Amino acid sequence: MSTLTALARAQAAATGRAQPIATVRHMHVHDHPLVLIPLVMAGEANAPLAAMIGTDPGRPRLLAVAQPRNRDERFAFAADLAEILVEYAGSFTTDTEDVAVDRGKDVRQRYVDAPQIWVPNPAGVDFLRLFGRSTRFLKTEGEYAVPPAVPLLGRWLTFFANTAEVPGSSLLVNAVQSLGLHWATGQSSAEDAQFGVQLAWIESGAAAARAAENGPVAGPATDPEFDNRVLAPLIERQAPELPQVLQDLLLPTWERMWRTLALLRRMPVGERVSLRWDLDRDAFTSFVQNLAEGGPPQPRRDGAVAAAARLQRLENAAARYAVQRAFDDPLVLAEYRLSGAAFAGVVTLANPDRVDDSGRRPVLRPRIMVHTTEPVRVEPGTSLTSPARPAQKARVVSISPAGDGSDVLLELSGGMGRKLVAEPGSVPTVGERLVLTTLSEAYRPGGALPDASETPWTHGGPPVYTDPGPPTGRPEGSGSSDLQGSGSPGRQDGLGSSAQGPGSSDLRGSGQPDQQQGYVVAAVRGDLQQPGAQLVGGPGGVLP
Amino acid sequence: MGHSTRLDELRGSGRAKRHNARTIAALTGNPGCNRRAVLDAAGIDKQKLAERVGFPGSFGQSRFALSRGNAFEAMLKSDDCALLREVLAADAGLDYQDLGADSLGDRHQRTVKVLADARSALIDHPLLTLEVAGQTVYLEPDLIAYAHHGRLQVVEIKSFAIIDGQAESAKVSGAAVQAAVYVLALRDLLERLGQDPSLVSHEVVLVCPAGFSMRPTAVVLDVRKQLSTLRRQLSRLASVTDLIDELPAGLTFDTALEPADLAAALSHVEARYAPECLSACELSVYCRSEAGGSTAALGRSVRESLGGIASVGEVLALAEGRREPAEDQAEAAAMLQAALRLRSEALSPVPPGAGDLPAGAPVAVSVVPPGAPGAPGAAS
Repeated sequence: MSTLTALARAQAAATGRAQPIATVRHMHVHDHPLVLIPLVMAGEANAPLAAMIGTDPGRPRLLAVAQPRNRDERFAFAADLAEILVEYAGSFTTDTEDVAVDRGKDVRQRYVDAPQIWVPNPAGVDFLRLFGRSTRFLKTEGEYAVPPAVPLLGRWLTFFANTAEVPGSSLLVNAVQSLGLHWATGQSSAEDAQFGVQLAWIESGAAAARAAENGPVAGPATDPEFDNRVLAPLIERQAPELPQVLQDLLLPTWERMWRTLALLRRMPVGERVSLRWDLDRDAFTSFVQNLAEGGPPQPRRDGAVAAAARLQRLENAAARYAVQRAFDDPLVLAEYRLSGAAFAGVVTLANPDRVDDSGRRPVLRPRIMVHTTEPVRVEPGTSLTSPARPAQKARVVSISPAGDGSDVLLELSGGMGRKLVAEPGSVPTVGERLVLTTLSEAYRPGGALPDASETPWTHGGPPVYTDPGPPTGRPEGSGSSDLQGSGSPGRQDGLGSSAQGPGSSDLRGSGQPDQQQGYVVAAVRGDLQQPGAQLVGGPGGVLP
Repeated sequence: MGHSTRLDELRGSGRAKRHNARTIAALTGNPGCNRRAVLDAAGIDKQKLAERVGFPGSFGQSRFALSRGNAFEAMLKSDDCALLREVLAADAGLDYQDLGADSLGDRHQRTVKVLADARSALIDHPLLTLEVAGQTVYLEPDLIAYAHHGRLQVVEIKSFAIIDGQAESAKVSGAAVQAAVYVLALRDLLERLGQDPSLVSHEVVLVCPAGFSMRPTAVVLDVRKQLSTLRRQLSRLASVTDLIDELPAGLTFDTALEPADLAAALSHVEARYAPECLSACELSVYCRSEAGGSTAALGRSVRESLGGIASVGEVLALAEGRREPAEDQAEAAAMLQAALRLRSEALSPVPPGAGDLPAGAPVAVSVVPPGAPGAPGAAS
């Protein structure tokens, strides 16, 4: 935890009121979100017990399973959920817009809006991921047939759960993390995980939070006491009042979800949030296209190359998200100032017209001097950026102690127009206050990965896909057991399948739905800056 | 006075709670907590104690979870353990012995005897012993020791699901620590019998349902890391007798006492509260209220980020410059002051000049628009 957030927690603990840790909202909040509160049966492997769902705060819909251990009832629940969720997601597939790709040489389509699902907590996301896993491979004909909507739901849920892993994505969000991104409470993060308690801290303070601790749970796990005293007897005698009991249990959380949305909507939105929502819409569009083209369901586990590529996308997204939050929000940027990755100062000298003509052609390279009282932990030669002018690079020429701080001489490039005279306002003027940081929005290309069919033996060789044929697999997963890669004692499930050889595997391999593709495209697209044409050397110290 | 009588006195009228692998695992989760060490050593019912002092916790287990666990275990053991043998790839002719039916007294002797000459067998419900905090603790594990080729392997049956080779990490690590407790106890036993303790494998077998069905699968977990952690922390707990010697004579935590007297008694043994206690210790809600105002109650990482300063009041006093830092606090104080200055600057409604905000300005719960927008320039 950063010192600034820790300090905010200390302030909250001392005052009994939650403290803001963001000055802008760092996420997209949809005008028409779908709120979903799942509840599961204790002990079972992800067996749904109930869900409260809807897009209208005044009209929650309860889906309840009278006997959670009954397979048919479970799939009836899935079919009901599919009807609501898939229809909601589908309602955004009407209007598209053109997006230029390949530097304007081509155009692709993107939906103008995308769905947004809200669950109370990270465990709710996990529930959806596992429920997607348990339904997306189900077959729609034969002995264990389920309605066609059920495997489709599974694929949608898997898509949403996968996007929830991408830092900064807002297609499937949970209330606990969303609140924790913007407020610090005076309790530990372990206690914040209880949605009702966390929201009470933010809305009303410490005393209300303590009182909320014994309130109804936000799911998906139920309270053991509730299970033993209320739920078990009701299920045993198949009581008709079970749905009403579940409705009463879920309703307080339902109301809290909408209050959370309202709280977040009241904040001004960060400038770069819409850029991330663009990426979400890209991801949504390519998933819908994949469905329309009849692509296969998402694989159980990624192959080595697909996993490495996914990790790279996630790392890029995490880096981009961190930089964008810092550039959007002075309070987030302050954390970097505290750690020495950024400093604030005042421009004391400026030479906006400086032209460097030592190269093949003259280039505009203004220099400015910034005086700061904050610690400067960068070396000469480092490229810095100011959030006020993200397209402009400032190379540190020299750092010298001056007065109660230091003078930093910077050479600017980019973001000043194409002429040898800077556009008005593009070069900081004397007296202007600047924050300079080592963070940069520039796109960083990842390493090249081999084709899946070229997977080296160190990584298991090319992936082998045991073709389930027309999906007639067993109704339940055939999970192999390699928690630590050691396999089951005596039985080596993993080895058996490789006997098939790599021959038939590639079709499915390269055809893997890559619903994250949009991110890579967008990341390339976002790289509007070019590195400075030439680096100009020479001693600094004095402004020439 | 002997230690056991002293422990009986501390416990008072109630019956002693017996240790199990779960409580030992929890004990090692927070080895610095003297209160838990003493209360557990004396076998005090902490849940009842917490209720008496007015801070009841909820530590029940759902009937649904219990019944599924039992059903899974019964399924594995039915038909002379047919399914268990299959999943362990064990020989069909393998001997199966359930020691659970014996009375407690001779069960441990039987366990010793059976394990001593076990060559090839599945041994259910053995009774093991472990030295915890200077006491011999009986463990009644719900476990099977799987002896084959002269080696012993611990088999843990758990009812959480393993899906695509993955399971909830908290549950897997919990199972690993519990299994490590059994490995340790089995090794102790072999050592006492003059046999090679390394005959007990550090690899335990976890048997869980696979996917979304009840079909079992077995995975091997290497618990060497858990074993060394356990050993280190159990050796630290050995000093509990010293702790008990230091307690005032006549001190008791008898739950028949008045709540105020119990709270007074508790104040004699220091707790080390951390938010993790809330999921592991019955007395945690009481300790939490006691730890109010400490940075530790906000979590270990918060405390570390605040330079290890113990109390929230002190943190704010140092940050606001209201208090002269002690010598070892100078660095933390400078950082806290810088942090407060940056926070106040970013949260103040008017963008200030550099560093001209008074330190300790009240932090308004308000939201400011993003800083002066500079037009993002075009590409150079």
